[in-house]
Amino acid sequence: MTNMAEHILLRHRDIPGLDQIQTYRQNGGFEAWKKIVTKMDPNDVTTEVKASGLRGRGGAGFPTGLKWSFIDGQNWPHYVVANADESEPGTFKDREIMESNPYQFLEGVAICAYAVKAMDAYIYLRGEFWQIAHKLDNCIAEMNAAGVLGEKLFGTNFSLHLQTHLGAGAYICGEETALLESIEGKLGQPRLRPPFPPAFGIYGKPTIVNNVETLTNLPLIISRGADWYKSIGTEKSPGPKIFSLSGCVNRPGNYELPLGTTFRELIFDHGRGIPEGRKIKAIMPAGASSSMIIANDEALATPMDYESVPKIGAQLGSASVIVIDDSVSLPWLLNKTIHFFTHESCGKCTPCRDGTYWMMHLTERISKGEGTMNDVMLLQDVANQLKGKCLCALGEFSIEAVLTGIERFPADFEAVTAKSNS
Amino acid sequence: MNALLEKHADEIQVILAKYPADKAGKRSAVMPLLYLIQHDQGYITKEAIREIAELCEITDTEVASIIGFYSLYYDQPSGKYRVQVCTDLPCALRGAEDFLEKLCENLGIKVGETTPDGIIKVEAVMCLAGCDKAPMFQVQGPEGLEYHENQTVDSALEVINKLRQG
Repeated sequence: MTNMAEHILLRHRDIPGLDQIQTYRQNGGFEAWKKIVTKMDPNDVTTEVKASGLRGRGGAGFPTGLKWSFIDGQNWPHYVVANADESEPGTFKDREIMESNPYQFLEGVAICAYAVKAMDAYIYLRGEFWQIAHKLDNCIAEMNAAGVLGEKLFGTNFSLHLQTHLGAGAYICGEETALLESIEGKLGQPRLRPPFPPAFGIYGKPTIVNNVETLTNLPLIISRGADWYKSIGTEKSPGPKIFSLSGCVNRPGNYELPLGTTFRELIFDHGRGIPEGRKIKAIMPAGASSSMIIANDEALATPMDYESVPKIGAQLGSASVIVIDDSVSLPWLLNKTIHFFTHESCGKCTPCRDGTYWMMHLTERISKGEGTMNDVMLLQDVANQLKGKCLCALGEFSIEAVLTGIERFPADFEAVTAKSNS
Repeated sequence: MNALLEKHADEIQVILAKYPADKAGKRSAVMPLLYLIQHDQGYITKEAIREIAELCEITDTEVASIIGFYSLYYDQPSGKYRVQVCTDLPCALRGAEDFLEKLCENLGIKVGETTPDGIIKVEAVMCLAGCDKAPMFQVQGPEGLEYHENQTVDSALEVINKLRQG
C-alpha cells in the first residue's frame, strides 16, 4: 500500500495545530507568498505553476497555469474567486482543508491573486459552511494583523484583500459562472459561454475561478518547485489528490494519495473493503455525476488519474469515490441521484429542467417495481435527449449514471420490472 | 426610514465594504443582508424585503426571487430549529433513510413536520458534504448553523432535547 511520505494538502494530519497562524508560520507558512511578492514577476509564477503540471481539482482537470494565462490583460481590475461551494454528493475534501489547514489554502488564494495581478479575491462557500466561513474570516483577520494581507505588502506596492461570501443552499453555484452570478447578488444560474471568466467574470471583469484543493497545492509548488511536484503522481496527472471515499466501505474518509493510485488500493487497503462480507458491485468515481463503473478486476486495477479513468468509461471528476455493494439495486440508486439533480436544476434551460423532472418520475416508478421495460427504454430515451443540449454540466452529468447504469447493469432493471412486464 | 439600517448600522457597513462601492457592488450585499435578518428574526418578512431592496438598490421582486431560489432562505416562520438530515446517496448507503424515519417516529411527527411545541422541524435535505460521517444532520437556528455527524437515533434525540431545553 502506498502511503504519502508526508501529506502535502492535509498537512494538519502530520502537524497538529496547523490551523493556528503561529504554527503555520513555524512550518514555513507564507514563505512562498513573501518570496513571490518580493522577488518574482507575476508571469514567472504562472510559468512555474504551468511547469508543475497542476490540474484543476474541482472536477474538470483543466491545467491551472494555462487557465491563469488566459486572463485578459486589457481589462481591469482582475479578480480571483476560490470555489468552496463543495456540494457534489460524495465530496467532502475542501471542507477538511478549510477546517484544519486554512492558512495553506488562503496562501494559495493569495499566490493565485498575485500571479494574475488581482487585488481582491472572494472565497465563495456553500451556505452550510457557515462555521467554516467564520473560521476563515478570523484567519483572514489574523493575516491582515500579521501584515501578510492588506496594503503595500512586504514593502512593495502590491495590496491584496480577501473576503468570504456565503451561498445559500444551491448546488448549481459550484458551476463557475453561476457562482459569479451569485456573488453579484443574482440567482445562481449559469451564463452562456463564451465569454469565459478569465475574460468576463464578476462585475464583467477578468476573473480566475479555482477550486479550494487546487489552490492549496500552490504554496508548496512555489517553495519546493515544479520538479519536486512532478515527482508525485503520473506524468500527465502530477501531484497528490484527495480522494473522498464514501458509501459501502468499512473506512470512509478523505485519503490523500498520488494521482494514479488504483481503485483497489483506495477501496480495499485504505478503505478496508466492503462491510459485512458483501461484494463490491459498482464504483462511482465522481460523485452523483459519475458514470457507473462495473467493479471487476480490470476496473479495480485502473489507476485513478485523468487519463486512465476515461478508458473504463467514466471520469475522475472531483475524485469522490462512492462504493456500491451487491445489496444495492441500481433503479433505487438512480432515483436517488436523479432526485438530487431535479431538486438542484436551476430551471434556466429546458432540457435540464424538464428532463430531470421526467427522469425523476420514471426512476421513481421503476424503483418501486411499478415500471415496465418500456419505462426503462423511455428513461434511456429522455436521458439521451438531454445529451449535449444543456447549458451547463449539471444537466449533462445528470444522465451519466442513468445511461451507464442501464447499459452496464441490465439485470437490475429486468428484475425490478419483471412483475409489471408479465 | 430604513429600520434595518438603524438597527444594524455597523454590521451593514461591514457587509457593504466587502464589495465594490458602485451600484453592482451594492447588489452583492443582498445575500449577506438576508442572512443578517434571518439570524435576527428567524425568517424574512415583507418589510425586511423592502428594506434590503432599498439598501441594495434593486426591486422588492428581485430580493424575493433570491429568497425563492436559494434553499437556505425562508419567508415563512417555522419551528425554532430546523433539523435537516441528509438522505442523499452516500448517506443513504449508510442508513440515513432509516435513521430519519426512526427519528421522526420517536418525535411523533412525519418528515417535514414540526413538533407540537413548535420548536423542532425535521426535514430531509440534499448532500451536506458529510458523507463519510453519516448519518448526519445540520441544525439551523437563531445561533446559526451547526453540523452533527456520526449520529444514532439516541444521540440525535439527545441533541434535540438540549435544543428544546435551551
